[in-house]
Amino acid sequence: MELIAFYIFSVIVTVSAVAVIVARNPVHSVLWLILSFFTAAGMLVLIGAEFLAMLLVVVYVGAVAVLFLFVVMMLDVDFVELKQGSLKYWPFAVLVGIAFIAEITLAGLSREMGQNELFNPMPGAATNAEAIGAVLYTQYFLLFQLAGIILLIAMIGAIVLTLRYRPDIQRQDIAGQTARRRADATEAVSVEPNKGI
Amino acid sequence: MMDLTVNHFMALSAILFTIGVVGIFVNRKNIIVMLMAIELILLSVNLNLVAFSVFSGTIMGQIFAMLVLTVAAAEAAVGLAILVVYFRNRGDIAVESVDLMKG
Repeated sequence: MELIAFYIFSVIVTVSAVAVIVARNPVHSVLWLILSFFTAAGMLVLIGAEFLAMLLVVVYVGAVAVLFLFVVMMLDVDFVELKQGSLKYWPFAVLVGIAFIAEITLAGLSREMGQNELFNPMPGAATNAEAIGAVLYTQYFLLFQLAGIILLIAMIGAIVLTLRYRPDIQRQDIAGQTARRRADATEAVSVEPNKGI
Repeated sequence: MMDLTVNHFMALSAILFTIGVVGIFVNRKNIIVMLMAIELILLSVNLNLVAFSVFSGTIMGQIFAMLVLTVAAAEAAVGLAILVVYFRNRGDIAVESVDLMKG
């Protein structure tokens, strides 16, 4: 039963991965990428890694794929022109692929695989998320912090890269606003009767 | 009937990885699809790590897959930001003209 589900998932993920790299329209590529991530998440659920599966859906489908879609649709690029002449890369690419898969097969066949039973990854923990949390916040706490720092640096880097100062548009002058005092902005005038200011 | 083993996951990961590598070579002109192929490669690595983790009974593989996921997200964010800046300055994203500073 699990094997049947695995084969169904693996056919879907392989087909959608091929579709990612051969699709004419990059928007379609992104949508195929989303399908392959969803299917991979399904596989992880199948072997009991539920937390990673949900993380895959949230991070990849929710953030990365949406970012890709945003960029593909924002950049006004003639993708048909980009696609032209890509046929001449195919023989080399297939050659590299065959060499690669042959190497992996040789490496895989040359050694005996060990344990093949589906283990409970963390005996004593109720759920997969609990098992991950039990070691992530204790034993691997520094790695966890490091991951946070990497994300912070990536965020700052992306903002600094895409920020631009344009002098020709109206912008909020926060320093000017907060430095303003009542004396600069208002003037007390005593108006006498029958006279203007 | 055979049971699901770690070898199944290794074979699938190898196929996915190869598709990603081939995708980088095929889409030599389209840097967006190249980035997507890199994401595919990282997905196959994650799948392999989680499979080894589950089938060998240690949780470390899943922790490591989480870290790979973090780095993949950071890489996609910075890569796409560079792409946006490049498009803003040049008006296209042709990979051939990126060697502009070669002199």
